[in-house]
Amino acid sequence: MDQAILSIRGLTKTYRGGIRALDAVDLDIRKGEIFALLGPNGAGKTTLIGAVCGLVRPSAGTIIAFGRDLARDWRSARARIGLVPQELATDMFETVWHAVAYSQGLFGKPHDRARIEEILRSLSLWDKKDAQIRALSGGMKRRVLIAKALAHEPELLFLDEPTAGVDVELRKGMWQQIAALKERGVTIILTTHYIEEAEQMADRVGIIRGGRILMVDEKHAIMERLGTTEAVIDLVAPLSALPPEIATFPVELGAGGRQLVYRGGTGENGGRAEVAQLTQALTRAGIGYASIDIHDSSLEDIFVGLLGKQVEAA
Amino acid sequence: MHFNWRSAHAIYRREMARAFRTAFQSILSPVLTTALYFLVFGSVIGARMEPIGGVPYGAFIIPGLLMLTLLGETTSNASFGIYMPRFTGTIYELLSAPVGVAETLAGFVGAAATKGLILAAIILGTARLFVDYEIAHPFMAAGYIMLVAASFALFGFILGIWADSFEKLGIIPMLILTPLTFLGGTFYSIRDLPAPWEAIALANPIAFLVSGLRWTFFGVSDVPIAVSLGLTLGFLGLCTLIIAVIFGTGWRLRE
Repeated sequence: MDQAILSIRGLTKTYRGGIRALDAVDLDIRKGEIFALLGPNGAGKTTLIGAVCGLVRPSAGTIIAFGRDLARDWRSARARIGLVPQELATDMFETVWHAVAYSQGLFGKPHDRARIEEILRSLSLWDKKDAQIRALSGGMKRRVLIAKALAHEPELLFLDEPTAGVDVELRKGMWQQIAALKERGVTIILTTHYIEEAEQMADRVGIIRGGRILMVDEKHAIMERLGTTEAVIDLVAPLSALPPEIATFPVELGAGGRQLVYRGGTGENGGRAEVAQLTQALTRAGIGYASIDIHDSSLEDIFVGLLGKQVEAA
Repeated sequence: MHFNWRSAHAIYRREMARAFRTAFQSILSPVLTTALYFLVFGSVIGARMEPIGGVPYGAFIIPGLLMLTLLGETTSNASFGIYMPRFTGTIYELLSAPVGVAETLAGFVGAAATKGLILAAIILGTARLFVDYEIAHPFMAAGYIMLVAASFALFGFILGIWADSFEKLGIIPMLILTPLTFLGGTFYSIRDLPAPWEAIALANPIAFLVSGLRWTFFGVSDVPIAVSLGLTLGFLGLCTLIIAVIFGTGWRLRE
């Protein structure tokens, strides 16, 4: 595999009371990628981040960051890792400037006013630099947390639900900022509830449930492998059975024979070509149709489907 | 051992900034309370009291009142300093930073001890307005105040990690430290107590601290200065050890 900036092996976390939040997790993160960790609530996403960032003591397993064992060389590794937590946790009475300057110093960096200014400007917080954080909107507070995490110029950045509670416009702005970070060479691991977010931004996707990683792959490879196309064709006249000309296609009749439903294809848009062939076959068979509604499966469909299969298997 | 000065300095500066942001609560309030003690016990009642061990009563109570404020404020400052990040969740940043126990203590405990020293200086200045006094061993007094401030800042830090509610945070300073300081010879000499109260009073560790500070001020004490010093150093060592264990195990810090 490509150069791994973070390598996790057999990571297990059992909380007091016996709850196993992580169960022998193996995961490699490549340098410079955006990795989206998807999973339902309680899947173990935040615990995984906490274990890498030093907030959670692992019960077993090893974490290698930048080629060094975090259990031994935690100082040098932590200086290169940034974390934006899920909660809006910051001293609300501090000013934006002081909060970011504190983070810079806490991570051992010399006070660099130019760097702080650059970060605040890039996050559209410069005008608010002297404002107390409590006076800011929720979206701005979240950007302050991002600014704090960037103050020591991390090479590996964890974003735990970075756009939770943020409106659509601001969310898209944050996506641009995250993309800009990637351009600068920062490796980003983000957890999100918004599958759209992962679909838009991630290079690779990992799906976690019950503390176990179910799947890790390139986003496009997942969609290629598990994606399907669904086409609903409204027929002019109802059919009582599938004529032989179209029986070879993955279709079935619906709505009392008034609809022909196609589910097939593999990969991103892979079924669309076959739908085109299907319409030609319908024309050749003299079957008229009034409309076609085509829908390619999203990462969300795949995600929900995968988790559904897991539940059934359980 | 690696020590990250910038990290320690960042924590220290932030804690000091927090103190100045809440200057009324951190500084003015204890000074006002102490000034009232000096006014009532030092000037008004003290003028009618006999000297104790050759020290005028108004001056005699200075080390005890200083200790009362120093112990309470230093403990509260340090406990609040670490409890609030735990309570609000901002401790994530400290735990994820390349910061160990040494930098954390230097920052939080150093700031709490500094605030204690500033308070001590202000209280001594305030006392001067009400009573006349000379300090017999000024350098020893300064050193002893610093030692006590550092010890109780460490103690407060432990308290802030142990507490899981604001109520618990206030219990130790209010219900244990303050009564023990009052009963530890702040307003009287333990040696003047009738048996068995003298022996009972000597079971109070704060009595040794008050006595030690009084020796540095006036050269008179209820117990030998070496005993007071040894006890304080022992307490400092014990608190340091407990904090090292807390950081080693992650108790109440890391899940």
